[in-house]
Amino acid sequence: MATSQALEVQEKKELVSKEEKTVPARYFVPTTDIFETEDALTVVMELPGVDKEALDVNVENNVLRVEGRIDYSKYERMDPLYTEYNIGHFARSFTLSSKIDQQQISAQLEDGVLTLTLKKAKEAMPRRIAIS
Amino acid sequence: MANLFADPFNALFQFQQALDAFRTSGWLGSGPSSAGAYPPLNVFRKGDDIVLITELPGIRKSDLDIQVKGNTIRIAGSKAVQYGDNAALHRRERLAGRFDRAIAVPVEIDADRVKAEYRDGILALYLPRAERDKPKSITVG
Repeated sequence: MATSQALEVQEKKELVSKEEKTVPARYFVPTTDIFETEDALTVVMELPGVDKEALDVNVENNVLRVEGRIDYSKYERMDPLYTEYNIGHFARSFTLSSKIDQQQISAQLEDGVLTLTLKKAKEAMPRRIAIS
Repeated sequence: MANLFADPFNALFQFQQALDAFRTSGWLGSGPSSAGAYPPLNVFRKGDDIVLITELPGIRKSDLDIQVKGNTIRIAGSKAVQYGDNAALHRRERLAGRFDRAIAVPVEIDADRVKAEYRDGILALYLPRAERDKPKSITVG
């Protein structure tokens, strides 16, 4: 694809949420791609620095919510000299438009990229109607 | 600085403030391809050594090319974003492309002992300060 193009810096967006957190920490909005195929909806999210154990994914009332926490202890005993980006946890939620089979959600985390495959519910899949 | 991380929440705020304060500093100077380029960098001091951290999610290790010469570090590579066939895009925020960035660090580096670590989309480069560049302690006689 467009791999010959030079990459640009994307400024990290801080999360503006209606609900407040009890813990005062910074949350950022992970950059996300969402695409749909015939039988599934795929959500791809960039969560650099988030370990598998520190990741929460849930679907409730048709809202998909992803929260990933980073490990601040890795920055212990290090003094910042120069910085170009800020660090913080990640959170983002989406209201799902099509019916999702909540039992069939698979998640895969690789190199800081989370890939969620949300299988569509049977009734939401396109059906071919045979004419007799 | 020793008790910087004594209380985790207080420490977090101090850390964030320190980050914000240094965000506008011209520490790396205005080299030919330093500030503003991809990938964005954070530079830390750990004892005598320099630690360079950058977020590079979704890049295969084999697509990363890191070189060190003198006090200049070059980070180059490419990032691919792929969708399946017949996919209808709802949202497209991730960017793909190539990158090449050279950073000159204002201390001398021992190039043979540089360590690179890539985990969970974060690249960390450990740059040990050259032995001859380390400051000498002088005892008052």
